[in-house]
Amino acid sequence: MMKSLPITIDSVRKTYGSYVALDDVSLDIQAGEFLTLLGPSGSGKTTLLMALAGFVRPDSGKLLLDDRDITRLAPNKRDIGIVFQNYALFPHMNVLANVEYPLALRKTPKVEARQRALDTLARVKLEGLSERNIAALSGGQRQRVALARAIVFEPRVMLMDEPLSALDKNLRETMQYEIRRLHDDLGITTIYVTHDQREALIMSDRVAVMNSGRIQQIDTPQQIYDRPSTRFVAEFMGEANIVAPGSVRRIDGADPSREALMIRAESFHLDAKLVGRDGVALDGTLCAKAFRGENWLLTLALDGGQEILVCIPAALASGCAELTTGQRVTAYAPAAKVHAIPGARA
Amino acid sequence: MTVLADTALAADARRERRFFLSLSLPALFIVGLAAILPIVWIIRQSFLTTGGEYTVGNYEKVLSSGLTWSALVTTLELSLGTLAICILLGTPLALALASARPRVANLLMAFVMLPLWTSILVRTYGWLVLLRRDGLINAALTGSGLTAEPLPLVYNFTGTLIGMVHYMLPLFLLPVYAAMRDIDANLIRASASMGATLGQAIRTVILPLSAGGIFSGSIIVFIYTIGFFITPAVLGGGKVNPLSIRIERTLSTFQDWGSASVLGILLLILMALMGVMFLAARRLIAGRKVGTAHA
Repeated sequence: MMKSLPITIDSVRKTYGSYVALDDVSLDIQAGEFLTLLGPSGSGKTTLLMALAGFVRPDSGKLLLDDRDITRLAPNKRDIGIVFQNYALFPHMNVLANVEYPLALRKTPKVEARQRALDTLARVKLEGLSERNIAALSGGQRQRVALARAIVFEPRVMLMDEPLSALDKNLRETMQYEIRRLHDDLGITTIYVTHDQREALIMSDRVAVMNSGRIQQIDTPQQIYDRPSTRFVAEFMGEANIVAPGSVRRIDGADPSREALMIRAESFHLDAKLVGRDGVALDGTLCAKAFRGENWLLTLALDGGQEILVCIPAALASGCAELTTGQRVTAYAPAAKVHAIPGARA
Repeated sequence: MTVLADTALAADARRERRFFLSLSLPALFIVGLAAILPIVWIIRQSFLTTGGEYTVGNYEKVLSSGLTWSALVTTLELSLGTLAICILLGTPLALALASARPRVANLLMAFVMLPLWTSILVRTYGWLVLLRRDGLINAALTGSGLTAEPLPLVYNFTGTLIGMVHYMLPLFLLPVYAAMRDIDANLIRASASMGATLGQAIRTVILPLSAGGIFSGSIIVFIYTIGFFITPAVLGGGKVNPLSIRIERTLSTFQDWGSASVLGILLLILMALMGVMFLAARRLIAGRKVGTAHA
């Protein structure tokens, strides 16, 4: 187990002309944590990662590794392993030379360097490929070489910049699992950047959702998904409906909330019996329906005029096939799945 | 039915191939006319006396002359000297250009390319103005008291070399700059993140990945400089006599087409030999497994 260190990001600001890439971002990452920076492109997540790596110089603010200020430290002195989006493997070196590279820079004795490189290649399941040229590797294999190269010198922190975005879906899911397992084995503090919310939910201890240079919310995947603190987070994390309190009635007739409510498309049922007495009901007319394999997606126009998405699992959707557009439909959601978003308007 | 279609398709494919082949005919014709024919003519000429009879006397005369060999040495000294200086000056310059911001790089590139748009004769005489005994550089040196006597900067080997480097540097720079600019910036970031200093990144990543460009640039420099005439003629002051000047002299002074042809063939062989050596070296470097990353 490597010694991993906590990271403190203290009101880091970065502007390019009038464009604010990082707007006084503060963030504490615990030692050994797997934290994901999640956001759309241009949200500042990669800028923040590159600031940690030392390739982007912040305008102001502080970066601490453990209690050491690294804000002005040169990138090559930070001892941080990085997996780049396009892998950035050296095309003029074979697999083994790529993995030995950081050890050679550290003047590790040749025999030891070779052994450690081979051990690390075995750890990422690349035994027997050490003499291959980079050009002769598949995307997944390159990804593994990049991983091996980033961990072989036992850095105290690992940064990953959308490392799986170039892989196809199946391979991506395998690698998500393997990267997470590698993290758990090594216990290395990891900051992972992605724009894929599923990936963030699957892999992370905590997720920091970013938008326009700010952290919108930082929380566990479940909290982020079920209890988003802003409308942006709610909508970015999945099919969210933000409805005005007036469109929602309590099944038991109690007073509804005064704030905008978030209900995820898949929280709805068409059968009131599946929802408790304290649940809510939304009345509307069916605008469109689509069969998506594992579920049906219904679009409902509420009486207030707003459209919502309702997603019914195929197993519970026996009646969906018979629904016709224009028909009155009531969607029910359990109280636990109705989340008030302070300050948001529908 | 299908057989018919197949043969028709095959005929189409053949016609298309022929068409594209025919597009290259004008170029092939010009190459044949401008390059191969003269070479054949020179080879023929080298075996003829002035009277037009067959002889190997031209070869005996030229190869036994000390002037030929000293001209050969001068040619190599000028070519390899220019090449060495181009590599030493051009590689760091290309690195600086490739790492500059695009707008700055374009501006600097325009400055580098400017001399290429000027006639070589104008440039060479320009150097004369700068380098001669009462020229600008010597005036500055003696005027400021840095040197007591004017330095012999022109009408000698030094002056010739300065002029040749000035001509060749942009041509060397272009392929090297192109190769360096194509290097993914993340490779350099990656090497830094693993602990490489700038010097180590240059040695282990940038130079190996731009070796192809440096080789191309070197071949260009060598092929150009081996036949350089104007620069040594103007800046050499009669004291720098590479093969090109010997050829001209043999023709203008002695009207000896046979010997001149032999010298020309010598130049060709030299060029071919160096070409083969460059290619062999390039293959050697490319083929070598960069197995160790030791910096």
